[in-house]
Amino acid sequence: MVKAKSFIEKFYVAFIGFLLYAPLLVLFVCSFNDSKSRTVWGGFTLHWYTDLFQNEEVLSAVRTSLLLTTLAALIATLIGTLACIGMTAMKLRFQKVMEGLSNIPLLNADIVTGVAIMLLFVHFMSLGFTSMLIAHVTLGLPYIILNVMPRFQQLDKNVYEAAQDLGASAVYAFVKVVLPEIIPGILSGFFFAFTVSMDDFVVTYFTKGAGINTISTMLYQQLRRGINPQMYALSTLLFLTILILLGLINHMSATKQKKADREENR
Amino acid sequence: MSRKVLTTPYIVWGAAFIILPLFMVLYYGCTGSDGSFTLSNITAMADSVHYKAFWNSVWIALASTLICLVISYPLAYILSKGKHRGSGIVIMLFILPMWINFLLRVLALQVILSKTGILNAILGFFGLPLQKLMYTKGAVLVGMVYDYIPFMILPIYNALCKIDKDVIEAAHDLGASARVTFQKIIIPLSLPGVISGIIMVFIPSISEFVVADILGGSKVLLFGNVIDQEFNVANNWNLGSGLSIVLMIFIFISMAIMNRHASEEGDNMLW
Amino acid sequence: MKNKLVELVNVSKSFGSTKVLDELCLEVKENEFLTLLGPSGCGKTTTLRIIGGFEKPDSGKVFFDGADITNVPANKRNLNTVFQKYALFGHMTIEENIAFGLKIKNKSDSYIKDKIKYALKLVNLEGFEKRKPTSLSGGQQQRIAIARAIVNEPKVLLLDEPLGALDLKLRQDMQYELMRLKEELGITFIYITHDQEEALTMSDKIIVMNKGYIQQMGTPEDIYNEPENAFVADFIGDSNIIDGIMLEDRLVEILGTKFECVDEGFGRNRPVDVVIRPEDVVLGEEGQGILDGVVTSLIFKGVHYEMEVEANGYEWLVHSTNCHPVGSKVSISVIPFNIQIMHKPESEDEKAVTIDE
Repeated sequence: MVKAKSFIEKFYVAFIGFLLYAPLLVLFVCSFNDSKSRTVWGGFTLHWYTDLFQNEEVLSAVRTSLLLTTLAALIATLIGTLACIGMTAMKLRFQKVMEGLSNIPLLNADIVTGVAIMLLFVHFMSLGFTSMLIAHVTLGLPYIILNVMPRFQQLDKNVYEAAQDLGASAVYAFVKVVLPEIIPGILSGFFFAFTVSMDDFVVTYFTKGAGINTISTMLYQQLRRGINPQMYALSTLLFLTILILLGLINHMSATKQKKADREENR
Repeated sequence: MSRKVLTTPYIVWGAAFIILPLFMVLYYGCTGSDGSFTLSNITAMADSVHYKAFWNSVWIALASTLICLVISYPLAYILSKGKHRGSGIVIMLFILPMWINFLLRVLALQVILSKTGILNAILGFFGLPLQKLMYTKGAVLVGMVYDYIPFMILPIYNALCKIDKDVIEAAHDLGASARVTFQKIIIPLSLPGVISGIIMVFIPSISEFVVADILGGSKVLLFGNVIDQEFNVANNWNLGSGLSIVLMIFIFISMAIMNRHASEEGDNMLW
Repeated sequence: MKNKLVELVNVSKSFGSTKVLDELCLEVKENEFLTLLGPSGCGKTTTLRIIGGFEKPDSGKVFFDGADITNVPANKRNLNTVFQKYALFGHMTIEENIAFGLKIKNKSDSYIKDKIKYALKLVNLEGFEKRKPTSLSGGQQQRIAIARAIVNEPKVLLLDEPLGALDLKLRQDMQYELMRLKEELGITFIYITHDQEEALTMSDKIIVMNKGYIQQMGTPEDIYNEPENAFVADFIGDSNIIDGIMLEDRLVEILGTKFECVDEGFGRNRPVDVVIRPEDVVLGEEGQGILDGVVTSLIFKGVHYEMEVEANGYEWLVHSTNCHPVGSKVSISVIPFNIQIMHKPESEDEKAVTIDE
């Protein structure tokens, strides 16, 4: 009876996992298929990959995406972290209002956020890289606040005071004692802002200028145009990149954890 | 000098790029093409095209939210009581697709569902008649569930993991059966996670237009498609803004309703 | 006569509309172990934070070694604090934690090394240099917090309920440890606690605070044996606090019965508060004492029995090594020396006000 239940549970988990990954697996297989058909195996090939690296449209989209996403995440991290430092000096009610401000785009429909920023830019400037950048910073901000603010709230206020008590100036105490406790929050905030910005389609779609594409908007055009197996190759590469990145992050935190555990057991 | 000064860039940014744009939508939405004040862009909801698209969106969003919930809760529950509880490896597998570009996930479904796709090839192999899978409401629904399900799994899993094992043991100690414990303790305590999940699936679904565009073709017109077309095809920004206002109000009301049921804990929306 | 080292003059502090300290004056002499004792919210922590430089008083002055330091920031004050929850720097090793203050003062590496060794030896945690604070127990973290403070050779060490988070046994051990440390270092301790036993055990001088006012200042013996008002009497240990009338010098009427006492100068027929410690109530055979009563409850407490005796309409709290079962009729007597007479506060205001020396 217990065994049957446990089997059903395992089967269920595996089945959902299969449904989630089957489509991705199909993309993976198709990216090596020497046939435009999705169902006929025409032999192994790498030429979708080689083609991909000669496709200027794709390459420029990748470049734009990387530049845009990195810049946006950096700016959002800077503005958001500074804001968090300032917010800690505010009354709780004010803090909530301030947090609410950046949560608006998080909770609002992406399409409305995109349209709104587009209207602003068309009205006062023009669309282009700047408008995309500003839109992406706006998308990333709430993730910085959400990741950094709790760190400040968990921080023992006495730690900062203890540093000052031992003779540290306010700035020295902040850099030496507070910052190291906050950094993990800043890093994960940056990471989330980066991935959200990388993944965004809707807001980019409305705020991008003509002739400029991120990976997302380029994919959208490709998808509407029809099948291009190069996209399978691209998706496989992107998937592997993410896998490696996440693996690295996991590995880093795991070794850190192990080190801490060893300390504990000594 | 007070530390509060450091919030200045944030406040300026928020005012310029969050608040002001929303006023732009409001301005465009409440004016005609000649710049005069009018509510016609909002009352345009009464047009059958618009409200049909709107109810299509609501229907599909509700359905995909419900399907996500029904699939995710048991999954999250099984995972949360598993050996790997808290270690994050297994749950990571289930939310990993979240980090894969949204359009690639749509592309993957396209490969499976299209007329010459995998699913039809399998049907053909067994001698069954080919099905028209793409360009249907069903395809759009599948697309949404596939895209948004990680956003349902994660908050429910987190909420379930947060439940103190002592609480469950206390319930048993007080004579509750496994079933009663599940109904009276586990479900209520995981409710904040469920509500976060519902919000995180429902809100993007209601305004979705890309999935409908690619998997639904011209057959399925959602409210997001209508707004998109007003801006990018018909170039009627006033009407597009008016409809956006309606969408915002709808989202605002649904959030208010959900939040009334959410406890304090519900506000750690994401992670 | 020892020097005044720290002095607060007319210090007031409010948070929002709550007045936490009102015109507080106190002085701490060199090499003294001073304890601020009081319930939570009495202003003791605020007092300490003002001395440490973490809060600025709204009005009044803080003197240190004769110099006005009211506006000197915490990092420029020659005193160090041991925080209630230790406030160790979690990302640094023990060694780095202890070296923190010395590095700021640009001490040489060899000096710092010696100091770390010395400090760890002092707190009995030799060999812990490379460990992280999280791998230590509460008591060990507490010692590190102390080591981190004392390597800077402060003239005054401020301790904010440093033992509050430890369990009873460890707490008692640490009390002796702290007293030993103070002897060895010869520096002034200003100590905060809400635990009256801790205060009585360790201090040279105790300041009892309530609602932002000093209630009484004195040696542990003074505070315990001669509380100046009902608050102090009640806060320091259990007491019988009974309404009485001072008939004349050395004679007080309690519950309609006359008791001899040793206090003088209250005038004639004045209402007073009478304090009698439970261990000073002597029970005897019925009719043999000053008044008779019936035992209504009995609890064994280890060292003694705790009993309640109903007599003349008052429940007397009694500690005695002799057991009198519930329902037994007993007599109550108190020797004159153990009866403590206090003025009744004349107004609500005065209830909390300090009785100036």
